[in-house]
Amino acid sequence: MKKTISFITENFNKSSPDLVGGFQGFQRAINMEKEDIIQEIVLSGLKGRGGAKYPTGKKLMQSAEHHDKEKYIICNADEGEPGTFKDRELLLHDPYGVFEGMLIAAFAINASHGILYLREEYKYMIDDLKNALNHMRSLNLLGDRILKTELSFDISIFLGAGAYICGEETSLIESMEGKPGRPRIKPPYTLEKGLFSKPTLVNNVATFSTISAIIRNGYEEFIKYGTVESPGTKLISLCGNVNKPGAYEVPFGMTIREIIYDIGEGIRNGNSFKFAQIGGVSGPLVLPKHIDTPFSYEDLNEIGVPMGSGAIIVVDSDNDILDYLDAVQAFFKHESCGKCTPCREGNRQLLNILSRLREGKYSQEDTINIEKIAKTMKYASFCGLGQSAPAALLSAIEHCPQEIFKRRD
Amino acid sequence: MDELLITKIQDIIKKYGKDREYLIPILKKIQKLNRYNYIPQEVSQYLAKYMQLKESEVYEVISFYAEFSETPRGENIIKVCDSTVCRVNNNTETIKLLESLLSIKMGETTQDKNFSLEYSPCFGACDISPAMRINGKTYGNLDKKSLKEIIESYRR
Repeated sequence: MKKTISFITENFNKSSPDLVGGFQGFQRAINMEKEDIIQEIVLSGLKGRGGAKYPTGKKLMQSAEHHDKEKYIICNADEGEPGTFKDRELLLHDPYGVFEGMLIAAFAINASHGILYLREEYKYMIDDLKNALNHMRSLNLLGDRILKTELSFDISIFLGAGAYICGEETSLIESMEGKPGRPRIKPPYTLEKGLFSKPTLVNNVATFSTISAIIRNGYEEFIKYGTVESPGTKLISLCGNVNKPGAYEVPFGMTIREIIYDIGEGIRNGNSFKFAQIGGVSGPLVLPKHIDTPFSYEDLNEIGVPMGSGAIIVVDSDNDILDYLDAVQAFFKHESCGKCTPCREGNRQLLNILSRLREGKYSQEDTINIEKIAKTMKYASFCGLGQSAPAALLSAIEHCPQEIFKRRD
Repeated sequence: MDELLITKIQDIIKKYGKDREYLIPILKKIQKLNRYNYIPQEVSQYLAKYMQLKESEVYEVISFYAEFSETPRGENIIKVCDSTVCRVNNNTETIKLLESLLSIKMGETTQDKNFSLEYSPCFGACDISPAMRINGKTYGNLDKKSLKEIIESYRR
């Protein structure tokens, strides 16, 4: 099973700043011109690994244009997308790789403060993470004039309090300011006015890990993997009804079938593949006819599926699609922040209709309203949460209406 | 509120500072002072006054985040994942077993106030699904035998 790669995960369980190989990426970065560091990230083609897929190099470039004395870098570890646990693995097995990525970015854009926003559910890691930061301080990898450069930078940890929406960067910032995590209107963008109205660069955990791996090895090594439009590798979270769930680093371009059957060792009890959901629960269903689609930004885009966080939730033939959709909508109802009406009320109404559909006792009106509400949410919600909340349902109605509308009266 | 509680709350605030940005970490510590895992209204009112915030500014944070509660809960909080991955890994069976082991329904607290049973969104343990958390500790690959043992270990 040598289909997985160890590029980002190279230092799993062995990284330490004083081991040979530790912080090589940062050591290399401080001997480079800042523009060249950013240029390498641009050339690597790295996109935001939290799910927003904004080009990381471009973001660094835009961030470098702000010359405020106080400038924040936030590592978003509010990993709450169902089916996703890649950041958990990175923080557990190679926290230094994550912190090194933050350091490299701080050096490249002249940031003054770093913060790791850790979700409450991952609080069991906090002692180990604090120890890692202390270790870095003792080696002058954090603090004043780090390794005799002009960079003075430290990293602290902010522990969340349980809210999926805080994975959205402006909500995350609101939460760090002591408020409920409700999204802000953009612009202004966080790069210009973020935490405490200061320029703020927010990236996902996996994005920072990948930055350190790219600078350590050179972007040329990274782009040897993957496809032309999706260079490199990605850490995926494979779960659901597969025999071997787990976080795996794969090159872009591997097909969904290979991921499920070769890496995940197939479906439990020899059952057949019913559907999958990629990127968490915010995307449309991936049906059997899509199973040979390569896992890359461009190929998934062809079938209308966002890559999102890189979660792959596999569902087998033993499951009922309505039961699954109920879990999806219940999640969004719970996590809707309540700011805008389409999302707050829409999820509630969809759940009501779903419950009637599950009983097989629904009205003609329900069959019309379900799509009407879902589409209103898609087009009129304030942020990505509400806009993508009905995606799975809409795709199920389009592709398998016979499983949605089953009368039992 | 008794004097001891007031002193404890003041000590916590002194450690962080009165700025609003410290509200969440302060609330975490304050909730821990309560045996039944909640922040009573008189405490949040006192906190608002002491930090020079509006009562509503404190209350909206308590009500927004899953970690905080304004009503008493059990000493041990069991959060069962009800997201899609656990759903397809038969968490309905887990929930039934827990309800029968504790003789309460989801969302309820046992009479002796030892356990509360709550639903939880995904907490990133999908590779060991079905999963639950008790007081923040994750347990996965739950089956009849392991569930029984885990619950027993938390009984008084």
